[in-house]
Amino acid sequence: MNRRENLKLLFAGSIGAGLLLGCEPEQVKLKGEVIGTAGGRTEEEKARDAKLLAERFFTDDELKKISTLVDLILPADEQSPAATALGVPDFIEFMMKDQPDMQTPMRGGLMWLDFEAQELFGKVFSELEATQVKAIIDLVAWPEKATEDYQGGVRWFNMLRNLTCSGYFSTQEGWNYMGYQGNVPNVWDGVPVAVLTKHGLANPEKYAGVYLKPEERSKVAVWDEAGNLIG
Amino acid sequence: MALQIKETQDSYDVIIVGSGAGGGMASKILSEAGLSVAVVEAGGDFDPAKEEDRTQLRPPWESPRRGAGTKIRPFGDFDQAIGGWEIEGEPYTRKDGTQFDWFRSRMVGGRTNHWGRISLRFGPNDFKRASIDGMGHDWPIGYEDLKPYYDKVDKLIGVFGSKEGIFNEPDGFFLPPPKPRLHELFIKRGADKAGIPMIPGRLSMLTRPINAERGVCFFCNQCNRACQAYADFSSGTCLIHPAMKKGKVDLFTYSMVRKVTTDETGKANGVSFVSKLDRKEYKLKSRVVVLGASACESARILMNSKSKAHPDGIGADSGVLGRYLHDSTGADRMGILPELIDRDRYNEDGVGGMHMYTPWWKDNKKLDFARGYHIEYWGGMGQPAYGAGGGMDSLRKYLKDEFGNPSPNGGYGVGLKKDIRRIYGATLGMSGRGESIPQYSNYCEIDPNVVDAYGIPVLRFHYKWTDQEIKQAKHMQDTFEEILTNAGATLLGTKPGPESNYGLAAPGQIIHEVGTTRMSNDPKSGVVNSNCQVHACKNLFVVDAGPFVSQADKNPTWTILALSWRTSDYIVEQLKQKNI
Repeated sequence: MNRRENLKLLFAGSIGAGLLLGCEPEQVKLKGEVIGTAGGRTEEEKARDAKLLAERFFTDDELKKISTLVDLILPADEQSPAATALGVPDFIEFMMKDQPDMQTPMRGGLMWLDFEAQELFGKVFSELEATQVKAIIDLVAWPEKATEDYQGGVRWFNMLRNLTCSGYFSTQEGWNYMGYQGNVPNVWDGVPVAVLTKHGLANPEKYAGVYLKPEERSKVAVWDEAGNLIG
Repeated sequence: MALQIKETQDSYDVIIVGSGAGGGMASKILSEAGLSVAVVEAGGDFDPAKEEDRTQLRPPWESPRRGAGTKIRPFGDFDQAIGGWEIEGEPYTRKDGTQFDWFRSRMVGGRTNHWGRISLRFGPNDFKRASIDGMGHDWPIGYEDLKPYYDKVDKLIGVFGSKEGIFNEPDGFFLPPPKPRLHELFIKRGADKAGIPMIPGRLSMLTRPINAERGVCFFCNQCNRACQAYADFSSGTCLIHPAMKKGKVDLFTYSMVRKVTTDETGKANGVSFVSKLDRKEYKLKSRVVVLGASACESARILMNSKSKAHPDGIGADSGVLGRYLHDSTGADRMGILPELIDRDRYNEDGVGGMHMYTPWWKDNKKLDFARGYHIEYWGGMGQPAYGAGGGMDSLRKYLKDEFGNPSPNGGYGVGLKKDIRRIYGATLGMSGRGESIPQYSNYCEIDPNVVDAYGIPVLRFHYKWTDQEIKQAKHMQDTFEEILTNAGATLLGTKPGPESNYGLAAPGQIIHEVGTTRMSNDPKSGVVNSNCQVHACKNLFVVDAGPFVSQADKNPTWTILALSWRTSDYIVEQLKQKNI
């Protein structure tokens, strides 16, 4: 394949895996926003993200139930917003399509809410009072207290709790609440001394002269013939 | 992923198949010797410094799945290994109900873009295991043959560590290691009590610069996303692209090699490949062919390289092509450290891997299994992304309220949210990575019934662990419990027992597969000789982990790099002498 043939291929309309998959080579944009994961995507990945984002899994009723439940799981408090304020339902909607194995258990769990609401209160779930909602969720929210009959519901609620937490703590607000301070360029110089002291720990003495010294971080390394770092 | 369009020619001095550690090193050394080189890669070009390719420092909210793994990126949406365990259109099969999982990465740099950067030299014993324990075979070369190349790799690529003077864990030219993280110090307390050593990690990240071309580590913990400052080693950033800048190197991307072509005398004269872009077959000619496609992929290419001169494929006459496939062993355990609940917050990202580890410390003569393992440690205040706050249905009971009463598992509400914050950074664990015994009966071969989307016959695997690996995993589990308990941690989950082979990972899962084109001075016992030259085809070489006679408990990359350099020097020498 010479350069001319390569170029001919390039300008043949669409190129690369996109050609084979029949998708646009450009990252799909909606409302001026890039959607799908950013950075280094293959055509196959772009096409899949665009497809999943364009599909809808939850019905309006299901989405309403999800919204009620995620705010019950992670409500607002004085330091942090509620799960719906952080877009957790949209995240769960996406995950249903991204990991379709979760679809049936999730849909089944949401259906069960209506069944249980009818059994206990003679109403559909969406018409329940807050205390009634809690009464139902309490049946499945506590794995060790739940009766044998509700173990299936426990598994469903565990999944929903995990998804809610994933969606919540993977946001800037979630990071703030957790106190995560990373994902920024920095210079690691060990655990802060006050923290070491608090736990009665210390860096091993033996390596005191060996560990990276931040002030030498820009010096090009030089070794002697025996592999000793000498500059 | 950018498409690499290069001015290309039809004939080269050398064709290199694959752009990972082995192919990358060969491209550098051979092009620096003035040879014209074609690198043929099955995936696309990749450069983490380009904004379009960068995933480093992207927060989880730039991914609709918040960083969760996908089929194409099983280790997370920002991980830079494009491929995975199952690749669309590129199947493999298994035989006799056995399991081998094959992880491939289709991109320039291959799996070096995301690997753990654990850069351990094989020691003197690692080349002579059969002489020590009577199992398997010795390498035809020893540590003294590779030492000069390990030294050169250290200086060219950079690795941090500490000089320890341990016989089978040879020291190198080390950059300064980073200080430990908090959980590593707790674990060390436990390891000290158990008499188990812990030393600074040995990882190929630049804590200090080694040249003007690459930057230094800025401690984001994301080496698996490949570094935009080129402060960690990956083949694309440190070998392939620099070689393309300096020398006569053409890169062919999306090019899936079908076979090595040979002349009527059986000598290699090039490769035949399918372009994934137009699905057409292309031929490239060369004086020398170098395979660095990964142990199994290179074996597959050799098996498929059938001709009159090589009726069963090249190297099949050795009787060992595809045989002695082996991976590292792996097992893990996790705990929660009550003293780390409600811990102080600070940026604990550090480098993208452990700051301390345990090299093998026991004498196998006193144990009921023959080979050792090292231990990798994990924990700390990692970046909350997909999975954050999870598992409270079983973990919440480890939190106690102000009156000392444990929280009930599960639940919801403000209390749950607070407990998630309290437990953050309190879990920790460890993974053993051990040496297995290579077996003739563990192998890959061509599946006569299955081809890939390019019509190329695919591999079929047959692999079973032996008692040696299972007993080693049992020892790992006992050790993990001892260290965790001594460190003050509460063990999580139940201890894996015989029903799960003590938690021993399935073959292939550790992604250190080696041995399929192993080296031997005897053409009836090895596919390649001690210079990684194919016995049956003198101008054909293998520079990936296929030639490994045994995979030590060390990660294979540093040895791939050293061997590839040595092989490349040999190729240059042989061309000069007109032997090939």
